[in-house]
Amino acid sequence: MEYFNKLILLFVSSALINNIVLSRTIAICPFLGVSKRVDTSLGMGMAVMFVIALSSVITYAVHYAILVPLEIEYMQVIAFILVIATLVQLIEMIIQKTSPTLYSALGVYLPLITTNCAVLGVAIMNIQEEYDLIQTLVNGIGVSLGFTLAIVLFAGIRERLELADIPEHLEGVPIALITAGLMSVAFMGFQGLIK
Amino acid sequence: MIESILYPILILSGMGLLFGVGLALAYKKYEVKVDPKVENVREVLPGANCGACGYPGCDGFASAVVSGEASPSGCPVGGVRVTEAISEILGVEVDIGEELIAKVLCQGGKDKAKDKFIYVGVEDCVAASMLSNGPKSCSYGCLGLGSCVEACQFDAIHINERGIAQVDEDRCTACGKCIDACPKGLIEMVPKKSLVHVICMSKDRGKDVRQYCDIGCIACQICVKACKFDAIEIKNNVAKIDYSKCTNCMVCAEKCPTNAIYANFERRKIAHIDAKKCIGCTICSQNCSFDAIEGERKVKHMVVDEKCTGCGICASKCPTDAITMRDR
Repeated sequence: MEYFNKLILLFVSSALINNIVLSRTIAICPFLGVSKRVDTSLGMGMAVMFVIALSSVITYAVHYAILVPLEIEYMQVIAFILVIATLVQLIEMIIQKTSPTLYSALGVYLPLITTNCAVLGVAIMNIQEEYDLIQTLVNGIGVSLGFTLAIVLFAGIRERLELADIPEHLEGVPIALITAGLMSVAFMGFQGLIK
Repeated sequence: MIESILYPILILSGMGLLFGVGLALAYKKYEVKVDPKVENVREVLPGANCGACGYPGCDGFASAVVSGEASPSGCPVGGVRVTEAISEILGVEVDIGEELIAKVLCQGGKDKAKDKFIYVGVEDCVAASMLSNGPKSCSYGCLGLGSCVEACQFDAIHINERGIAQVDEDRCTACGKCIDACPKGLIEMVPKKSLVHVICMSKDRGKDVRQYCDIGCIACQICVKACKFDAIEIKNNVAKIDYSKCTNCMVCAEKCPTNAIYANFERRKIAHIDAKKCIGCTICSQNCSFDAIEGERKVKHMVVDEKCTGCGICASKCPTDAITMRDR
């Protein structure tokens, strides 16, 4: 029971309190790039979630089954990137087959998940924090849910900003960055959630 | 010792191989059939990804052409060659648009047009033109600082020794990048086969133009009167040639008092009558605006070389195709 509580705490912490985008400021590129519309950002979130969930489990296995026994943990980054790149390729194929609209909407950001810091970040964090397999999975899903939440909320705000009367020199990226900063401040409110 | 190098290499290449095979299998399963036409079209495109067609890169244009969204002649860079290749792939007939070329419409170099101050600053036309319209006393003149040279991806524009941008006709692909780059709006697309151009954009009155430039258009109307084909009109104090009417007779360029109209006289044509085919119908001499064809009815006609301007009207009117236009 205590372990289960720990898992819930881990999940809330990774999704809200240490939100990957707004608190750790990782994965800003897709956060700003694919957040013009809610539906594409949701698609991006789902793709990232799939990649993170799978990659955190696989990298866990790679780390403990291959790298540790052979004492080549220093190859961690290269090995993890290999896993992530493969997964992204796989996702790209599946999305292209199943949803061409989402495929063209995600555009260049889909292959860019390969270099998405969040994916590699979660994989490495899992090892550093010495999580076990279940914690790894929970952390992965938590982080990616946090990412999806942040990007979808942000896209919703940006959709409204399109219609808003913004000073000319703030239009586009500047106002997006200000919005992101304010959201980050708002997410700081979760800090006191867990004592 | 050797293990510490061997293991990582083996493990990583093993993982790479495994993932590679996995992806290959997945590709078989999730293969999306791409219209082979798209790839074929992509191959004949220049591949510069310049975006002159209005689509994101050559790939975007290729899929737009195949889906029927874009015209096969939509690639200004590839020109006729690419248009033909694309229409062959798609199996459609396209009327090939006129081949265009960029032309810098100013001849007021250092020796012709006066400067009003010495510009010492950023070597960029946009920056210079912000400073009271640039150093040239003609506010429409080429500043020669090379913003268009920077913009050209095909190395087709250079600043010549007179300090004016000049387009290399062989290299120009009519992509239009230079047109956007020029702060003075001096560059225009003109038909490649046109040999006569008004090389001045000054909208000032003739009196003013005379004061600051020796080679500007002064809107004197002489060319308008000289043109036998109604192809020139004066608009906003500057002569404009209607290229659809212009026959390259070059009379306007001969008459222009300031030489603002430039014609490549070396490429002027001359009519030649094939004595075997001529039936002496006099249609050509009736249609010649320059009295350059002599000959009685039923007698073979002759072209008066000095009078012929190479406009080609006679050749188009001849019922027996006896007249050909030749180089001088």
